[in-house]
Amino acid sequence: MNYKMVIHTTGKIIGVEAICLLVSAAVSLIYMESSGIWLLATAVFGGLLFLLSRFFKPKDEIFFAKEGMVTVALSWLILSLIGALPFYLSGEIKGFINCFFETASGLTTTGASVVPNVETLSHGIAFWRSLTHWIGGMGVLVLVMAIAPSGSGRSIHMMRAEMPGPVVGKLVPKAKTTARLLYIIYIALTLVLIGLLFFGGMPVFDSIIHAFGTAGTGGFGIKADSIASYSPYLQWVLTAFMVLFGINFNLFYFILIGKFISTLKSSELWTYVGIIVSAIILITVNVSSLYTSIGEAIRHSAFQVASIISTTGYATANFDAWPVFSKAILLILMFLGGCAGSTAGGLKISRFVLLCKTAKNRIKHVVHPRTVKSVRFEGKAVDNETLTGVSSYFIIYCMCIVVLFLILCLEPFSLESNLSATAATFNNVGPGFGAAAVNYNGYSYLSKICMSFAMLLGRLEIYPILILFMPATWTKK
Amino acid sequence: MNIIVSGCGKIGSTIVESLVLEGHDVTVLDMNPAVVEEITNIHDVMGVCGNCTDCETLKDARVADARVFVAVTGSDELNMLACFLAKRMGARHTIARIRNPEYNQSSLVFLRQQLDLSMAINPELLAAQELYNILKFPSAVKIETFSRRDFEMIEVRLKPDSVLNGMNLITMREKYDAKVLVCAVQRDNEVFIPDGNFVIKGGDKLGITATPTEFLKFFKALSVYQKQAKDIMILGGSRIAYYLAQMLVRGGSNVKIIDRDAEVCQRFCDDIPKATVIVGDGAQQELLLEEGIKDTEAFVSLTGMDEQNILISVFASSLNVPKVISKVNRDELFNLAENLGLDTIVSPKKITSDVLLRYVRALSNSFGSNVETLYHLMDDKAEAIEFRVSPEFEWVNIPLKDLQMKKNIIIAGIIRERKPMIPTGNDCIMANDRVIVIAAGQRLQELSDIIKKG
Repeated sequence: MNYKMVIHTTGKIIGVEAICLLVSAAVSLIYMESSGIWLLATAVFGGLLFLLSRFFKPKDEIFFAKEGMVTVALSWLILSLIGALPFYLSGEIKGFINCFFETASGLTTTGASVVPNVETLSHGIAFWRSLTHWIGGMGVLVLVMAIAPSGSGRSIHMMRAEMPGPVVGKLVPKAKTTARLLYIIYIALTLVLIGLLFFGGMPVFDSIIHAFGTAGTGGFGIKADSIASYSPYLQWVLTAFMVLFGINFNLFYFILIGKFISTLKSSELWTYVGIIVSAIILITVNVSSLYTSIGEAIRHSAFQVASIISTTGYATANFDAWPVFSKAILLILMFLGGCAGSTAGGLKISRFVLLCKTAKNRIKHVVHPRTVKSVRFEGKAVDNETLTGVSSYFIIYCMCIVVLFLILCLEPFSLESNLSATAATFNNVGPGFGAAAVNYNGYSYLSKICMSFAMLLGRLEIYPILILFMPATWTKK
Repeated sequence: MNIIVSGCGKIGSTIVESLVLEGHDVTVLDMNPAVVEEITNIHDVMGVCGNCTDCETLKDARVADARVFVAVTGSDELNMLACFLAKRMGARHTIARIRNPEYNQSSLVFLRQQLDLSMAINPELLAAQELYNILKFPSAVKIETFSRRDFEMIEVRLKPDSVLNGMNLITMREKYDAKVLVCAVQRDNEVFIPDGNFVIKGGDKLGITATPTEFLKFFKALSVYQKQAKDIMILGGSRIAYYLAQMLVRGGSNVKIIDRDAEVCQRFCDDIPKATVIVGDGAQQELLLEEGIKDTEAFVSLTGMDEQNILISVFASSLNVPKVISKVNRDELFNLAENLGLDTIVSPKKITSDVLLRYVRALSNSFGSNVETLYHLMDDKAEAIEFRVSPEFEWVNIPLKDLQMKKNIIIAGIIRERKPMIPTGNDCIMANDRVIVIAAGQRLQELSDIIKKG
């Protein structure tokens, strides 16, 4: 294990967080709020840690998959701990564990909150809370790769650990250029969204906050009723963008370089769209009696479906009061999540498709034991290595969910609440049903710690965090 | 610069490594997914898996945007076809590895024209040329020639009890009246660009530039001169051996080739009738002794296995064969072989990647092609580059001692109107000169890079 290299890289990441904290402090300054002091103090603290890490000059930049995983897991953990400081120091969120939960929820783009009334948060703190969504969405390490001078060619290990999806490829030969392209697309889409929201009549600050929450598919807002009080136009804009941010970013790049046809050929995209459309139709039919017009029913169901499948977690309606069938569909969507290579969480559509196809092949195999059949996806045969990877990921995913569910069931809440809380935190969605519908204040500290880790597990796709805590990683055996 | 490398074998991956270090955008193409996976894990490159003559695969690798397309798969025909297709699909320059001896006569010129190839590289032929140079001047461990052999750069390893031990460079020059320039010294894995006060120690590896005649005088004065090897034993009937034997026989040397395979031996015998060909296992010391390894002037081990080459070379050294050369392809065995006391090691893939790098660097030069030659010296820790001074070069007619040069750079030679000279502080660079620059720890794109900026 190349400890110095791990510390060196983690230091760089803390440096990036310090810069983000500075930006939030500047926002505080605009509104002349006292919370800015604490944001600034944390930024300085982060800056000092960054400088301290510069003393660990790695002798060689050799970097293997293990170091990549450990660096990613460690830095996300440290980022959550440092990011919690402004909440704690300013006193706007009580209890350090609550603050840690809130930051982990922000960085992992979950959007599960413990704040009783978000409208009481100062502008600077609210901005920082939403900014964590934005940088956590595309990934902090990817950001570091895009801006910092890179020496080692092995940075792909880090990118792979942080980017969601079964297979992580590059868009262009250089990792740095790939990271830059991803961020350019990300920033451009965010700016377009801010513009659309602003010209649709949303105040500037609200537009930025909601654009951050949507881009990262997070879900932190600044209103107690989430998006419900905004105009239907704004709700439709957000619906469209939540769906967009759940799409693989590689496809945006293909559109950018004029390869429309290969974009349209993406079977993951069509499965994603298909699932969204059918979910909207089913829910609209199911809830139409609750609303005065069919248009309103479509709007609410479309918004909720987009919000849940992209694992954002905004709400325009109290879906906790919807019929059980609709809630069940939403719960299933939580597990599915968005496309690989997007900012969304969950199992990912491509894994789901691969799992279904593998299962289909196995069934065929039972009937015709001698058949030779390969799983095809995106027009290509998928190699066995990837398939085994996806299957074992699914098993670990299920086991983690079962463990978390059991722990949460120690709470005095209904099975529905606990199951939805498990799904919502592990898949980085945010709100669940019942006791978890509005915020997670009712849960105990033990559950909150477990859920914080579940969010990190879900965002980094399990392996990095597991490897960080595996004794074998740290022993020399 | 966008470069596509097709085929990630030994040579392919060495090329990829050096191109990535130069900062190019490299895309690799290979049939084997495991190889692509491995190389994308180690280097910052994009991998495409597929057949390099399939136009869909080439499209995936964005061949239309490529400045250079390099085909170095194992098959000559595949390389030629891939380059042809790449050129048709928009690649600007194409380079193919063509190594079958049958293509390397007059047919190669025709092929190059017809396929519109920018360059055809034959690693084995290049390696054979390097071996031939060393055998002509066995005192050196490595010889590089500049400007059509007017000027040479030689690497020598000093014996621990060398007469030069403890002498500084100024004294050395005066004592031996040598018109040579020690331009790089390697000691314990570190490379120095020495000045006049530098003290030489035994065991150092020196990089020296001079004209061929001056070298002769200098080495004779040091009494370490070994005359050209005339009796040469080659182990292994590889392609390198084929080319080398051909060159040596033409130069009038006695060549003995040993290989296990009777068929291979028969072919050698047919093509190079003047050589002695022996069928037998060269790993048997008995056989080597029987064939008179003790009396040969040089032993060259060119079998396909690095480990075998190293071990047999160690055996040959122990019998005090005056010059032992071994072919080692794997980087990690390089140092090991040196530690075992083998100083002359030849690696075809390194030679090939040097040739390719020279081509690519000349392309990326803003003033057009003025990198004439490029060699990596001292285990890649330094490089020697020959530049043609372009009319745009600003620092002409300034004495070298007044030039503000960067650290660890030395001007090792100037060739003016075909007359080579070792420059002193009072000489200046003039337009249309050829200048040989040695640089440690940096990469020069053009001649003006030697000047300290700002």
